[in-house]
Amino acid sequence: MKHALARAVLCAALVLPAAAQAHKMWMVPSATVISGDDAWVTVDAAVSNDLYYPDHFPARLDQLVITAPDGSTVKPENEATGKYRSTFDLAVPQKGTYRLALVNQGVFASYEVDGKKKRWRGTPAELKAAIPAGAKNVQVSEMSSRVETFVTQGSPSDGALKPTNKGLELVPVTKPNDLMAGEKATFQLLIDGKPAANLKVVAIDGGTRYRNKQDELDTTTDKDGRFSFTWPEAGMYWVNASTEDAKTSVKDATQRRLAYTATLEVLPQ
Amino acid sequence: MRRLLPFALCLAFAVPVRAADMNITVEIPTLKVSEYHRPYVAVWIERDNATVANLAVWYEMKKGDGEGTKWLKDMRQWWRRGGRDQTMPIDGVSGATRPAGQHQLHFTDGKAPLGTLAPGHYELVVEAAREVGGHDTQRIAFDWPAKTPQHLFAKGGEELGQISLDINP
Repeated sequence: MKHALARAVLCAALVLPAAAQAHKMWMVPSATVISGDDAWVTVDAAVSNDLYYPDHFPARLDQLVITAPDGSTVKPENEATGKYRSTFDLAVPQKGTYRLALVNQGVFASYEVDGKKKRWRGTPAELKAAIPAGAKNVQVSEMSSRVETFVTQGSPSDGALKPTNKGLELVPVTKPNDLMAGEKATFQLLIDGKPAANLKVVAIDGGTRYRNKQDELDTTTDKDGRFSFTWPEAGMYWVNASTEDAKTSVKDATQRRLAYTATLEVLPQ
Repeated sequence: MRRLLPFALCLAFAVPVRAADMNITVEIPTLKVSEYHRPYVAVWIERDNATVANLAVWYEMKKGDGEGTKWLKDMRQWWRRGGRDQTMPIDGVSGATRPAGQHQLHFTDGKAPLGTLAPGHYELVVEAAREVGGHDTQRIAFDWPAKTPQHLFAKGGEELGQISLDINP
């Protein structure tokens, strides 16, 4: 059972940056704007086709990094990984904005043994031992992805939103928990801390099961890596960008795949 | 009360410098729904989309464990425009939720919570959010100070009845 689950999770991780158009990874909190003295959120995390219906694989919670408004790292509670989704609870006692991130730094390799194609995913340290001697057509890619969401108790704050300057990251210009239908919101994308210019960004409202079209919003980052969306309606938007480059940090890797995803809640006026 | 009125009028004329005031009526409609909870209501004054004075916040104060403050954010506009910066309860402003009916509020220039408004164009905003119910925001634009007595009103929607604003210069 555990083995099967591990394999499913592995597949989920594999498909993510490589075929981001097919499956979407996300985290959806029960609320993003929170009041009250004993406030909690419960969060679902999964890889799915429809937004936000867990219909494919659960997300891996060992990749979860939660940053509190004061910049400290905090732990979730009641973590569980099921067949189609993972879930956890988070107490939000601090005033300000929390950043919840699934951070994936891995290596993907494809190779051939006796004419058969094989695929492998793991950490850079495991790579050498993972590829059998005599393997042919070995291709190694580095993968770097972040899947984020934000929740704010009281007034929004910036303390948890500092970029790590590793991989593809989002820096909010508009506060990520201060979004309203009909208003324009601006964000910046960075690659290794530098503006990610000319990158395609898509936004899709949730509830895709109940409409015939994806109704995707598209835009492109400017020279400063900035992009904006004017939200047509209230909803939980899945915002995604991906790219690849050759700036690898792993020996033998020829390419680096980068992906960033955020779920952003837009409230009605 | 009625007998006092002529006396009050005399007093008004006798004292030439009288603080301007505003009387606000907030109507909470009677709703025929299977599950009814009194709405959370916020009344405040805005200038250029920024809150300049919180006049009233009615919420469930008696519940323990912060259960009452948990739903304050459902008054979305109020929450975003300063409610989220407040520590509840707000002295002289917040109070318990109120039943259906007309509620009169009286505020005096120069006194908390209205304080002293700089001359300009303002909006009175009343927002209601009801548990397992709807949400309603009503706005009344006004100029301060008023040169003549003003009687202004907003018709109301689903969760709020008529809102009236009477300004006495």
